[in-house]
Amino acid sequence: MSNAANIKMQKPSGSLKMLRAMLAIGMISALLIVMAFELTLPRVQRLKAEALEKAIFKVLPGTVHTEAFGIGTNGTLFKIENGEKPEMTCYAGYDKNEKLVGYAVEASGQGYADIIRILYGYDPKAQVLIGFQVLESKETPGLGDKIEKEQRFLDNFRALDVSLTNEGTLKNTVITVKQGEKQNPWEIDGITGATITSRAIGTIIGASTMEVVPILFHNPGQKDQTVPNQKPMESNE
Amino acid sequence: MSKENSISGQKATTTDEFIKGLWRDNPVFVQVLGMCPVLAVSNTAENALAMGLATAFVLLMSNILVSLLRNFVPKQVRIASYILIIATFVTVTDYAIQAISVELYKSLGAFISLIVVNCLILSRAEAFASKNTVWKSILDALGMGVGFTFALFCLGAVREILGNGSIFNFVIFPEGFQNWIVMILPAGGFFTLAAWLLIINKIQTRKAKT
Repeated sequence: MSNAANIKMQKPSGSLKMLRAMLAIGMISALLIVMAFELTLPRVQRLKAEALEKAIFKVLPGTVHTEAFGIGTNGTLFKIENGEKPEMTCYAGYDKNEKLVGYAVEASGQGYADIIRILYGYDPKAQVLIGFQVLESKETPGLGDKIEKEQRFLDNFRALDVSLTNEGTLKNTVITVKQGEKQNPWEIDGITGATITSRAIGTIIGASTMEVVPILFHNPGQKDQTVPNQKPMESNE
Repeated sequence: MSKENSISGQKATTTDEFIKGLWRDNPVFVQVLGMCPVLAVSNTAENALAMGLATAFVLLMSNILVSLLRNFVPKQVRIASYILIIATFVTVTDYAIQAISVELYKSLGAFISLIVVNCLILSRAEAFASKNTVWKSILDALGMGVGFTFALFCLGAVREILGNGSIFNFVIFPEGFQNWIVMILPAGGFFTLAAWLLIINKIQTRKAKT
């Protein structure tokens, strides 16, 4: 009986206590999280920008500084003003003479385990891809992650053909073939044991280049508009 | 005399709070708690160490806060408040690791957020910190945290040496060594854990006999 009475007596103050405890802990938590977020934000952003820049330097050999461009829906490039976030972004890389080395383009698609995010370098002068780097992948270690490490596979991206027809579309879509069966310059030599992953890379690059390369090729002189004292980029005849 | 006795007795329990997590009640090898990160993130020594330290930090901070608030939190909502406290420190750790290194953050991936549901941390909050003083809870957390990190490192080192031929990214085997790729895949985690449990159990039963 005393037990039942006890419970009855405790109920109102009990729930108030619970509410108070949860509220107080919630406030402490919120404060701590916001503090941690604010304290780390500048450094996190800097590190992310640095990582991206490093990747751009890698896919566009010889680059010393980069500039970000948005790709408009009407097929033009525009300079990204502060804070703007266009749907598609590419990065122009310039060498020490302020000459365009090429464009680094981000692309992503479904791999074997999860979405793979990659960055590739496009040289509009030679109309080839000149670099490739995985930005994010959760592929199987030891098998699928060979796309990041195996030199033989990475050698595919020294001069992967993405030349255009006179109508301004890609002559050949980039595709992955079985290991050792590469015959044409637009084919990627795949990896045995990482068939799905290496094929996915071919598909991602194929789809992305089909869309982006014609736009980039027809916008070769972007830099002259911003820096007047600069040789215009000659397009490949 | 009796005072002295009680002091030395207290000291013994204090060191005991710390030592028990290292060996006698090691969270991985004896209690077999928190297996998800143990198996998933112990593929290299570096990842294992980072994961262990992150968990130890969360464990320490949540133990402190749970212990401080132990008389303030009603029994009915204790689990909810523990989870809230743990989740807070996990989020803080998540931001901290992002700020330390992008590479590390990439390799630890989703497992940082999953520290929230690491039963080791909740079990220490419920079984120890909510019933003991702050000082004792700190010692308990340190012991358990170091024990957890040590165990993860044991797994990570073995897996990296066999699976990658290296330790902390230093290659230690000659060119011709064929890496046991299975060791850095999930299955290797189970093999290595089983081997370590076998060794530790053997040692402990031998100790108990003598």
